[in-house]
Amino acid sequence: MSADITPGSVPSEGVEAGGWTGAVRRGAVRAFPPDKLLPDRQPSYVASWIYVFGVLTLAALAVVIGTGCVLALKGPGWWHVSSTGRYVNALHLWSVELFMAFMVIHLWGKFFMAAWRGRRAMTWITGAVAFTASVGTAFTGYLTQQNFDSQWISTQAKDGLNSVGIGAFFNVLDFGQMLMWHIVLLPLALVGLTVWHVLLVRHRGVVPPIPLLTAGDAPEGDPAAEAGDEGGGS
Amino acid sequence: MATPHTFAVAMASVDLNRPGHYLHWGVILISVANLVVIGIMILLFVLALVLPFPKGRGRG
Repeated sequence: MSADITPGSVPSEGVEAGGWTGAVRRGAVRAFPPDKLLPDRQPSYVASWIYVFGVLTLAALAVVIGTGCVLALKGPGWWHVSSTGRYVNALHLWSVELFMAFMVIHLWGKFFMAAWRGRRAMTWITGAVAFTASVGTAFTGYLTQQNFDSQWISTQAKDGLNSVGIGAFFNVLDFGQMLMWHIVLLPLALVGLTVWHVLLVRHRGVVPPIPLLTAGDAPEGDPAAEAGDEGGGS
Repeated sequence: MATPHTFAVAMASVDLNRPGHYLHWGVILISVANLVVIGIMILLFVLALVLPFPKGRGRG
């Protein structure tokens, strides 16, 4: 027991409250002080269109999830037959197309910026894994269209997946299993990775540009290393 | 105001209910639609690098 706390009492200043909730709260506030979690200013180099594509990816993901929820509520008899259902189905498809396109442009930009500099390796890794989770989510979405397209894709994909040994527990011909992967497991993973990725961007800050090296400069003058912990709210 | 005729002509140019067109060089096989999407993405990437970003209020 770390502190003697009676009901209604408040620990005096400098005395840390015990228990895991207090420890988690202190850790969260230390990692994400309010001005770092929701900054109102960014470094001048963030004023570039290339930084917009990450936010566009998030906006497209919100539309994907919103339209997916409507499709889940109304069911295939609605999205295949009624004009409104087909419209929402098309919104779901085209927001995914935009989501993937924006995400890949964001990835190109971050790759050429070497955005893993300055202790940002986990930010890069969570983004890359979120990309692969998105590919899986889109793939299972194509499998659950319930049309000839999904039949063609699943029968072609089964041979490839069987050849790498995962067909036994990831069976693309099992419609129910693919639907559950598409609407439960993969969206949970993708949203979790996205939240983790965005929190890491807030924690470490946006990566500064690669410094220009001229003759005589030392290569260790990388501002990313210095901005590794305090870039987000500056 | 678009007439039904002009609307139909516009739709015919992007008819998605026909087999797609494919380009084939050796081991590379890609649909024209996918190639166009990749081209648009590269164009957006280049534009994002070269176009100036508008300055907002309070941004120096």
